[in-house]
Amino acid sequence: MNESVFKTIGVAFGVCLICSLIVSTSAVGLRDQQKENKLNDRRVKILEVADIKVERDQTIAEAFKKLEQKFIDFDTGILMDEYKNFNIDEYDQLMSLKDSTLSKPVPSSEDIAIIKNRENVGKIFILRNDVGNIDKLILPIRGYGLWGTLFGYIAIDGDFNTVSGITYYEHKETPGLGAEVDNIDWRKSWIGKKIYEDNQVALTVIKGKVSNDDPSKSYKVDGLSGATITGRGVSNMITYWFGNSGYAKLFAELDYES
Amino acid sequence: MNLKRYQEVILKPLIDENPITLQILGICSALAVTNNLSVTLVMCVAVISVISFSNLFISLIRNYIPSSIRIIVQMTIIASLVIVVDELLKAYDYETSKRLSVFVGLIITNCIVMGRAEAFAMKEKPLLSFLDGLGNGIGYSIILIGVAFIRELFGAGTLFGNDVMPEWYMGNNLLLLPPSSFIIIGLFIWLIRSFKPAQLEKDDFEVSTHSTAPNLIKRDINV
Repeated sequence: MNESVFKTIGVAFGVCLICSLIVSTSAVGLRDQQKENKLNDRRVKILEVADIKVERDQTIAEAFKKLEQKFIDFDTGILMDEYKNFNIDEYDQLMSLKDSTLSKPVPSSEDIAIIKNRENVGKIFILRNDVGNIDKLILPIRGYGLWGTLFGYIAIDGDFNTVSGITYYEHKETPGLGAEVDNIDWRKSWIGKKIYEDNQVALTVIKGKVSNDDPSKSYKVDGLSGATITGRGVSNMITYWFGNSGYAKLFAELDYES
Repeated sequence: MNLKRYQEVILKPLIDENPITLQILGICSALAVTNNLSVTLVMCVAVISVISFSNLFISLIRNYIPSSIRIIVQMTIIASLVIVVDELLKAYDYETSKRLSVFVGLIITNCIVMGRAEAFAMKEKPLLSFLDGLGNGIGYSIILIGVAFIRELFGAGTLFGNDVMPEWYMGNNLLLLPPSSFIIIGLFIWLIRSFKPAQLEKDDFEVSTHSTAPNLIKRDINV
Protein backbone atom coordinates (compact mmCIF):
# COMPACT_ATOMS: atom_id res chain seq x y z
CA MET A 1 0.00 0.00 0.00
CA ASN A 2 3.00 2.21 0.73
CA GLU A 3 3.94 2.34 -2.90
CA SER A 4 0.82 3.90 -4.40
CA VAL A 5 1.30 7.19 -6.25
CA PHE A 6 -1.15 8.93 -4.00
CA LYS A 7 0.63 7.84 -0.85
CA THR A 8 4.06 8.73 -2.25
CA ILE A 9 2.99 12.26 -3.06
CA GLY A 10 1.20 12.56 0.26
CA VAL A 11 4.23 11.49 2.30
CA ALA A 12 6.55 13.73 0.29
CA PHE A 13 4.21 16.68 0.78
CA GLY A 14 3.76 16.02 4.49
CA VAL A 15 7.48 15.66 5.18
CA CYS A 16 8.25 18.82 3.23
CA LEU A 17 5.54 20.78 4.99
CA ILE A 18 6.66 19.81 8.48
CA CYS A 19 10.35 20.31 7.69
CA SER A 20 9.79 23.71 6.12
CA LEU A 21 7.77 24.78 9.13
CA ILE A 22 10.56 23.77 11.49
CA VAL A 23 13.26 25.43 9.38
CA SER A 24 11.41 28.69 8.90
CA THR A 25 10.43 28.89 12.56
CA SER A 26 14.03 28.53 13.65
CA ALA A 27 15.26 30.99 11.02
CA VAL A 28 12.72 33.66 11.87
CA GLY A 29 12.85 33.09 15.62
CA LEU A 30 16.61 33.44 15.83
CA ARG A 31 17.06 36.22 13.30
CA ASP A 32 17.31 39.11 15.75
CA GLN A 33 19.84 37.32 17.90
CA GLN A 34 21.94 36.51 14.82
CA LYS A 35 21.83 40.09 13.55
CA GLU A 36 22.99 41.34 16.90
CA ASN A 37 25.83 38.80 16.99
CA LYS A 38 27.00 39.91 13.59
CA LEU A 39 26.91 43.57 14.52
CA ASN A 40 28.67 42.94 17.83
CA ASP A 41 31.30 40.83 16.17
CA ARG A 42 32.18 43.67 13.82
CA ARG A 43 32.07 46.16 16.69
CA VAL A 44 34.44 44.08 18.79
CA LYS A 45 36.95 44.16 15.94
CA ILE A 46 36.63 47.93 15.58
CA LEU A 47 37.03 48.49 19.32
CA GLU A 48 40.02 46.17 19.34
CA VAL A 49 41.79 48.02 16.53
CA ALA A 50 40.98 51.37 18.18
CA ASP A 51 42.46 49.96 21.39
CA ILE A 52 39.30 50.70 23.40
CA LYS A 53 38.76 48.30 26.29
CA VAL A 54 35.26 47.14 27.04
CA GLU A 55 34.76 47.52 30.79
CA ARG A 56 33.22 44.68 32.77
CA ASP A 57 29.96 46.42 33.47
CA GLN A 58 29.70 47.71 29.93
CA THR A 59 28.03 46.20 26.92
CA ILE A 60 29.75 46.30 23.56
CA ALA A 61 27.19 48.80 22.29
CA GLU A 62 27.96 51.13 25.20
CA ALA A 63 31.69 51.00 24.65
CA PHE A 64 31.10 51.59 20.98
CA LYS A 65 29.46 54.93 21.76
CA LYS A 66 32.93 56.40 22.30
CA LEU A 67 33.37 56.27 18.56
CA GLU A 68 31.81 58.77 16.22
CA GLN A 69 30.51 57.29 12.96
CA LYS A 70 30.63 59.28 9.74
CA PHE A 71 29.83 58.68 6.11
CA ILE A 72 32.67 59.50 3.76
CA ASP A 73 32.26 60.45 0.13
CA PHE A 74 35.28 58.88 -1.54
CA ASP A 75 35.13 61.18 -4.57
CA THR A 76 35.49 64.36 -2.56
CA GLY A 77 36.86 63.16 0.76
CA ILE A 78 34.09 65.00 2.61
CA LEU A 79 32.60 63.54 5.78
CA MET A 80 28.83 63.51 6.04
CA ASP A 81 26.32 62.84 8.79
CA GLU A 82 23.61 61.82 6.38
CA TYR A 83 23.56 59.79 3.21
CA LYS A 84 20.33 59.12 1.38
CA ASN A 85 17.97 57.31 3.73
CA PHE A 86 20.60 55.16 5.35
CA ASN A 87 20.78 54.77 9.10
CA ILE A 88 24.47 55.12 9.93
CA ASP A 89 24.35 52.33 12.52
CA GLU A 90 23.05 49.89 9.95
CA TYR A 91 24.80 51.14 6.83
CA ASP A 92 26.94 48.40 5.33
CA GLN A 93 29.17 49.74 2.60
CA LEU A 94 29.78 46.23 1.26
CA MET A 95 26.07 45.98 0.48
CA SER A 96 26.39 49.14 -1.65
CA LEU A 97 28.70 47.21 -3.96
CA LYS A 98 25.75 45.24 -5.23
CA ASP A 99 23.94 48.39 -6.32
CA SER A 100 25.36 50.13 -9.39
CA THR A 101 23.92 53.47 -8.32
CA LEU A 102 25.83 53.30 -5.04
CA SER A 103 29.14 51.99 -6.36
CA LYS A 104 31.45 52.29 -9.31
CA PRO A 105 33.73 49.77 -10.98
CA VAL A 106 37.40 50.49 -10.36
CA PRO A 107 39.37 50.87 -13.63
CA SER A 108 41.74 47.93 -13.87
CA SER A 109 44.79 50.20 -14.09
CA GLU A 110 43.99 51.57 -10.64
CA ASP A 111 42.70 48.35 -9.17
CA ILE A 112 45.89 47.18 -7.49
CA ALA A 113 44.01 45.70 -4.54
CA ILE A 114 41.70 43.81 -6.93
CA ILE A 115 38.46 44.97 -5.35
CA LYS A 116 36.63 45.36 -8.71
CA ASN A 117 33.97 47.73 -7.31
CA ARG A 118 34.26 50.60 -4.91
CA GLU A 119 31.31 52.06 -3.03
CA ASN A 120 30.72 55.79 -3.51
CA VAL A 121 30.25 56.31 0.17
CA GLY A 122 31.90 54.45 3.00
CA LYS A 123 31.67 54.57 6.77
CA ILE A 124 34.55 55.46 9.07
CA PHE A 125 34.92 55.76 12.82
CA ILE A 126 36.49 58.65 14.68
CA LEU A 127 37.88 58.61 18.20
CA ARG A 128 38.27 62.10 19.66
CA ASN A 129 40.37 63.10 22.64
CA ASP A 130 39.09 65.18 25.58
CA VAL A 131 39.45 68.50 23.77
CA GLY A 132 37.66 67.23 20.70
CA ASN A 133 40.58 66.77 18.36
CA ILE A 134 40.86 63.64 16.30
CA ASP A 135 42.83 61.04 18.20
CA LYS A 136 42.35 58.10 15.87
CA LEU A 137 40.56 57.23 12.67
CA ILE A 138 39.39 53.67 12.08
CA LEU A 139 39.11 52.98 8.38
CA PRO A 140 37.77 49.90 6.62
CA ILE A 141 40.14 48.34 4.06
CA ARG A 142 39.91 45.31 1.83
CA GLY A 143 41.84 43.65 -0.95
CA TYR A 144 42.67 40.35 -2.55
CA GLY A 145 45.20 38.04 -0.91
CA LEU A 146 45.98 34.53 -2.09
CA TRP A 147 42.62 32.75 -1.92
CA GLY A 148 40.16 35.56 -1.53
CA THR A 149 39.47 39.06 -0.36
CA LEU A 150 40.68 40.11 3.07
CA PHE A 151 38.37 42.49 4.92
CA GLY A 152 39.66 44.52 7.80
CA TYR A 153 40.16 47.80 9.59
CA ILE A 154 43.21 49.95 10.03
CA ALA A 155 43.51 52.57 12.75
CA ILE A 156 45.66 55.65 12.25
CA ASP A 157 46.63 58.48 14.56
CA GLY A 158 45.55 62.11 14.30
CA ASP A 159 48.57 62.96 12.15
CA PHE A 160 46.93 60.83 9.42
CA ASN A 161 50.24 59.08 8.90
CA THR A 162 51.02 56.80 11.84
CA VAL A 163 49.42 53.36 12.06
CA SER A 164 48.05 52.48 15.47
CA GLY A 165 46.46 49.14 14.68
CA ILE A 166 45.28 46.75 12.01
CA THR A 167 42.88 43.83 12.08
CA TYR A 168 41.12 41.54 9.65
CA TYR A 169 37.65 40.24 10.34
CA GLU A 170 37.24 38.05 7.30
CA HIS A 171 39.68 36.28 5.00
CA LYS A 172 40.29 32.93 3.36
CA GLU A 173 44.08 32.70 3.71
CA THR A 174 45.88 29.43 4.48
CA PRO A 175 45.82 28.53 8.20
CA GLY A 176 49.30 28.77 9.65
CA LEU A 177 50.63 30.78 6.70
CA GLY A 178 48.57 33.63 5.26
CA ALA A 179 46.06 33.37 8.07
CA GLU A 180 48.83 34.61 10.35
CA VAL A 181 47.53 38.09 9.48
CA ASP A 182 45.45 37.40 12.60
CA ASN A 183 48.59 36.83 14.64
CA ILE A 184 48.67 39.35 17.46
CA ASP A 185 52.45 39.77 17.35
CA TRP A 186 52.44 40.55 13.66
CA ARG A 187 49.58 42.98 14.08
CA LYS A 188 51.46 44.70 16.88
CA SER A 189 54.46 45.14 14.59
CA TRP A 190 52.37 47.60 12.56
CA ILE A 191 51.98 50.03 15.42
CA GLY A 192 53.99 53.20 14.86
CA LYS A 193 54.70 52.54 11.18
CA LYS A 194 54.35 55.52 8.83
CA ILE A 195 52.23 55.43 5.71
CA TYR A 196 53.28 58.42 3.60
CA GLU A 197 56.76 59.43 2.51
CA ASP A 198 56.77 62.63 0.42
CA ASN A 199 53.01 62.33 -0.07
CA GLN A 200 53.38 58.87 -1.60
CA VAL A 201 52.17 55.73 0.10
CA ALA A 202 55.40 54.04 1.13
CA LEU A 203 54.28 51.47 3.71
CA THR A 204 54.74 47.89 2.48
CA VAL A 205 54.96 44.38 3.82
CA ILE A 206 58.42 43.21 2.82
CA LYS A 207 59.82 39.72 2.37
CA GLY A 208 61.68 38.61 5.46
CA LYS A 209 62.42 40.67 8.54
CA VAL A 210 62.93 44.43 8.72
CA SER A 211 66.50 45.06 9.84
CA ASN A 212 66.93 47.39 12.77
CA ASP A 213 69.41 49.70 11.05
CA ASP A 214 67.37 50.09 7.88
CA PRO A 215 66.85 53.89 7.48
CA SER A 216 63.36 53.36 6.05
CA LYS A 217 62.32 50.76 8.60
CA SER A 218 59.30 52.78 9.68
CA TYR A 219 57.83 52.21 6.21
CA LYS A 220 58.36 48.47 6.30
CA VAL A 221 56.50 45.65 8.03
CA ASP A 222 57.92 42.13 8.52
CA GLY A 223 56.67 39.64 5.96
CA LEU A 224 54.84 36.51 7.09
CA SER A 225 56.94 33.47 6.30
CA GLY A 226 55.35 31.28 3.66
CA ALA A 227 52.81 33.97 2.81
CA THR A 228 54.49 36.17 0.21
CA ILE A 229 51.34 36.62 -1.84
CA THR A 230 49.18 37.46 1.17
CA GLY A 231 51.82 40.02 2.17
CA ARG A 232 51.77 41.51 -1.30
CA GLY A 233 47.97 41.69 -1.11
CA VAL A 234 48.17 43.53 2.21
CA SER A 235 50.73 46.00 0.76
CA ASN A 236 48.52 46.56 -2.27
CA MET A 237 45.46 47.29 -0.22
CA ILE A 238 47.39 49.83 1.86
CA THR A 239 48.57 51.49 -1.35
CA TYR A 240 45.07 51.54 -2.77
CA TRP A 241 43.12 52.68 0.27
CA PHE A 242 45.59 55.37 1.24
CA GLY A 243 45.84 56.57 -2.33
CA ASN A 244 43.67 59.10 -4.12
CA SER A 245 40.72 56.80 -4.71
CA GLY A 246 40.76 55.88 -1.03
CA TYR A 247 41.30 58.07 2.01
CA ALA A 248 43.96 60.50 0.75
CA LYS A 249 41.30 63.12 -0.10
CA LEU A 250 39.78 62.75 3.34
CA PHE A 251 43.12 63.51 5.00
CA ALA A 252 43.60 66.57 2.80
CA GLU A 253 40.12 67.74 3.72
CA LEU A 254 40.69 67.19 7.45
CA ASP A 255 44.10 68.91 7.31
CA TYR A 256 42.50 71.87 5.62
CA GLU A 257 39.83 72.08 8.32
CA SER A 258 42.30 72.13 11.15
CA MET B 1 17.77 -9.12 26.72
CA ASN B 2 16.31 -5.83 25.55
CA LEU B 3 18.59 -3.87 27.83
CA LYS B 4 21.57 -5.66 26.43
CA ARG B 5 20.55 -4.65 22.94
CA TYR B 6 20.34 -1.01 24.01
CA GLN B 7 23.77 -1.23 25.52
CA GLU B 8 25.10 -2.81 22.40
CA VAL B 9 23.87 -0.12 20.00
CA ILE B 10 25.42 2.58 22.14
CA LEU B 11 28.74 0.93 22.97
CA LYS B 12 29.61 -0.89 19.78
CA PRO B 13 30.13 2.19 17.59
CA LEU B 14 32.61 3.62 20.08
CA ILE B 15 35.54 1.37 19.18
CA ASP B 16 34.42 -1.96 17.76
CA GLU B 17 32.33 -0.52 14.95
CA ASN B 18 33.61 3.01 14.93
CA PRO B 19 32.21 4.84 11.91
CA ILE B 20 35.53 6.53 11.15
CA THR B 21 38.14 3.91 11.86
CA LEU B 22 36.24 0.79 10.82
CA GLN B 23 33.87 2.05 8.17
CA ILE B 24 36.09 4.97 7.08
CA LEU B 25 33.08 7.29 6.82
CA GLY B 26 32.84 10.96 7.63
CA ILE B 27 36.48 11.61 6.82
CA CYS B 28 35.73 14.91 5.09
CA SER B 29 34.75 16.80 8.22
CA ALA B 30 37.45 15.04 10.20
CA LEU B 31 39.97 16.78 7.94
CA ALA B 32 38.40 20.17 7.98
CA VAL B 33 37.42 20.99 11.53
CA THR B 34 40.10 19.37 13.65
CA ASN B 35 42.81 21.98 13.96
CA ASN B 36 41.31 23.48 17.08
CA LEU B 37 39.74 21.60 20.00
CA SER B 38 36.99 24.05 20.88
CA VAL B 39 35.79 24.22 17.28
CA THR B 40 35.93 20.42 17.07
CA LEU B 41 33.84 20.03 20.22
CA VAL B 42 31.08 22.22 18.82
CA MET B 43 31.17 20.27 15.56
CA CYS B 44 30.88 17.00 17.52
CA VAL B 45 27.86 18.23 19.44
CA ALA B 46 26.28 19.33 16.16
CA VAL B 47 26.89 15.96 14.51
CA ILE B 48 25.70 13.97 17.54
CA SER B 49 22.44 15.89 17.69
CA VAL B 50 21.85 15.64 13.95
CA ILE B 51 22.49 11.86 13.82
CA SER B 52 20.42 11.08 16.90
CA PHE B 53 17.41 13.13 15.92
CA SER B 54 17.46 12.22 12.25
CA ASN B 55 17.54 8.57 13.31
CA LEU B 56 14.68 9.19 15.72
CA PHE B 57 12.43 11.00 13.24
CA ILE B 58 13.16 8.68 10.36
CA SER B 59 12.46 5.69 12.54
CA LEU B 60 9.18 7.23 13.71
CA ILE B 61 7.84 7.45 10.17
CA ARG B 62 9.72 4.46 8.76
CA ASN B 63 6.56 2.48 8.13
CA TYR B 64 5.03 5.27 6.08
CA ILE B 65 7.99 6.08 3.84
CA PRO B 66 7.46 4.69 0.32
CA SER B 67 10.68 2.97 -0.67
CA SER B 68 10.78 4.79 -4.02
CA ILE B 69 11.41 8.14 -2.35
CA ARG B 70 12.98 7.02 0.91
CA ILE B 71 16.40 8.59 0.27
CA ILE B 72 14.86 11.95 -0.53
CA VAL B 73 12.71 11.82 2.58
CA GLN B 74 15.75 10.99 4.69
CA MET B 75 17.73 13.82 3.11
CA THR B 76 14.93 16.30 3.72
CA ILE B 77 14.79 15.42 7.39
CA ILE B 78 18.58 15.48 7.78
CA ALA B 79 18.92 18.76 5.89
CA SER B 80 16.23 20.43 7.99
CA LEU B 81 17.92 19.35 11.20
CA VAL B 82 21.27 20.63 9.97
CA ILE B 83 19.79 24.02 9.09
CA VAL B 84 18.22 24.26 12.54
CA VAL B 85 21.56 23.40 14.18
CA ASP B 86 23.32 25.96 11.97
CA GLU B 87 20.82 28.66 12.87
CA LEU B 88 21.15 27.84 16.57
CA LEU B 89 24.94 28.08 16.35
CA LYS B 90 24.77 31.41 14.57
CA ALA B 91 22.52 32.72 17.30
CA TYR B 92 24.24 31.34 20.38
CA ASP B 93 27.87 30.65 19.48
CA TYR B 94 28.61 33.06 16.68
CA GLU B 95 32.39 32.94 17.10
CA THR B 96 32.59 29.18 16.59
CA SER B 97 29.98 29.13 13.87
CA LYS B 98 32.12 31.61 11.95
CA ARG B 99 35.11 29.31 12.22
CA LEU B 100 33.12 26.23 11.24
CA SER B 101 31.71 28.17 8.28
CA VAL B 102 30.37 25.76 5.66
CA PHE B 103 31.26 22.61 7.54
CA VAL B 104 28.10 22.70 9.64
CA GLY B 105 26.08 22.78 6.43
CA LEU B 106 28.16 19.93 5.10
CA ILE B 107 26.91 17.63 7.89
CA ILE B 108 24.04 17.02 5.45
CA THR B 109 26.43 15.12 3.23
CA ASN B 110 28.19 13.36 6.10
CA CYS B 111 28.04 9.71 5.12
CA ILE B 112 27.61 8.58 8.72
CA VAL B 113 24.27 10.37 9.12
CA MET B 114 22.88 9.03 5.88
CA GLY B 115 24.38 5.60 6.52
CA ARG B 116 22.76 5.21 9.92
CA ALA B 117 19.42 6.44 8.62
CA GLU B 118 19.41 3.96 5.77
CA ALA B 119 20.99 1.02 7.56
CA PHE B 120 19.46 1.31 11.00
CA ALA B 121 16.64 3.79 11.45
CA MET B 122 14.64 2.42 8.49
CA LYS B 123 14.38 -0.96 10.26
CA GLU B 124 14.48 -0.38 14.00
CA LYS B 125 12.25 1.15 16.64
CA PRO B 126 12.56 4.89 17.45
CA LEU B 127 14.27 4.68 20.85
CA LEU B 128 16.77 2.12 19.63
CA SER B 129 17.48 4.24 16.55
CA PHE B 130 17.99 7.31 18.67
CA LEU B 131 20.54 5.47 20.81
CA ASP B 132 22.25 4.10 17.72
CA GLY B 133 22.61 7.66 16.45
CA LEU B 134 23.95 8.73 19.81
CA GLY B 135 26.51 5.90 19.83
CA ASN B 136 27.68 6.60 16.31
CA GLY B 137 27.88 10.30 16.97
CA ILE B 138 29.99 9.68 20.05
CA GLY B 139 32.19 7.22 18.16
CA TYR B 140 32.76 9.89 15.51
CA SER B 141 33.47 12.45 18.21
CA ILE B 142 36.04 10.30 20.01
CA ILE B 143 38.19 10.11 16.89
CA LEU B 144 37.69 13.77 15.99
CA ILE B 145 38.63 14.93 19.47
CA GLY B 146 41.68 12.65 19.42
CA VAL B 147 42.80 14.07 16.08
CA ALA B 148 42.12 17.64 17.16
CA PHE B 149 44.03 17.11 20.41
CA ILE B 150 47.15 15.98 18.54
CA ARG B 151 46.82 18.64 15.84
CA GLU B 152 46.30 21.54 18.17
CA LEU B 153 48.86 20.44 20.75
CA PHE B 154 51.69 19.77 18.34
CA GLY B 155 50.59 22.09 15.54
CA ALA B 156 49.96 25.26 17.47
CA GLY B 157 51.30 24.34 20.93
CA THR B 158 47.95 25.18 22.49
CA LEU B 159 44.89 23.39 23.90
CA PHE B 160 41.53 25.16 23.71
CA GLY B 161 43.56 28.22 22.72
CA ASN B 162 45.68 28.21 25.91
CA ASP B 163 49.43 27.88 25.59
CA VAL B 164 50.52 24.59 27.10
CA MET B 165 53.79 23.82 25.39
CA PRO B 166 57.08 25.21 26.72
CA GLU B 167 58.32 28.49 25.28
CA TRP B 168 60.90 26.88 22.97
CA TYR B 169 58.36 24.68 21.22
CA MET B 170 57.94 25.55 17.55
CA GLY B 171 54.52 24.53 16.24
CA ASN B 172 54.56 22.01 13.41
CA ASN B 173 52.69 23.78 10.64
CA LEU B 174 52.03 20.58 8.71
CA LEU B 175 49.73 19.49 11.51
CA LEU B 176 47.59 22.58 11.04
CA LEU B 177 46.94 21.71 7.41
CA PRO B 178 44.12 19.29 6.56
CA PRO B 179 46.26 16.43 5.12
CA SER B 180 47.81 15.81 8.53
CA SER B 181 44.51 14.41 9.79
CA PHE B 182 44.79 11.67 7.16
CA ILE B 183 48.06 10.62 8.73
CA ILE B 184 46.70 10.81 12.28
CA ILE B 185 43.51 8.91 11.42
CA GLY B 186 45.68 6.31 9.67
CA LEU B 187 47.74 5.89 12.82
CA PHE B 188 44.55 5.56 14.90
CA ILE B 189 43.28 2.85 12.58
CA TRP B 190 46.59 1.02 12.86
CA LEU B 191 46.52 1.28 16.65
CA ILE B 192 42.93 0.08 16.98
CA ARG B 193 43.41 -2.79 14.55
CA SER B 194 46.51 -4.03 16.30
CA PHE B 195 44.48 -4.35 19.51
CA LYS B 196 41.37 -5.64 17.74
CA PRO B 197 42.59 -8.00 15.04
CA ALA B 198 38.96 -8.84 14.27
CA GLN B 199 38.79 -5.52 12.44
CA LEU B 200 41.56 -6.50 10.02
CA GLU B 201 40.19 -6.90 6.54
CA LYS B 202 40.79 -10.17 4.73
CA ASP B 203 42.80 -9.94 1.53
CA ASP B 204 40.48 -9.66 -1.43
CA PHE B 205 42.52 -12.25 -3.27
CA GLU B 206 45.49 -14.46 -2.61
CA VAL B 207 48.80 -13.23 -3.97
CA SER B 208 50.12 -15.97 -6.19
CA THR B 209 53.64 -16.41 -7.46
CA HIS B 210 54.55 -14.84 -10.77
CA SER B 211 53.58 -17.13 -13.61
CA THR B 212 56.31 -16.40 -16.19
CA ALA B 213 59.26 -14.90 -14.35
CA PRO B 214 61.51 -17.29 -12.45
CA ASN B 215 60.16 -18.12 -9.04
CA LEU B 216 62.23 -15.90 -6.81
CA ILE B 217 61.15 -17.57 -3.60
CA LYS B 218 62.42 -21.00 -4.52
CA ARG B 219 65.48 -19.92 -6.43
CA ASP B 220 68.66 -19.90 -4.46
CA ILE B 221 69.83 -16.34 -4.97
CA ASN B 222 73.26 -16.99 -3.48
CA VAL B 223 74.40 -19.34 -6.25
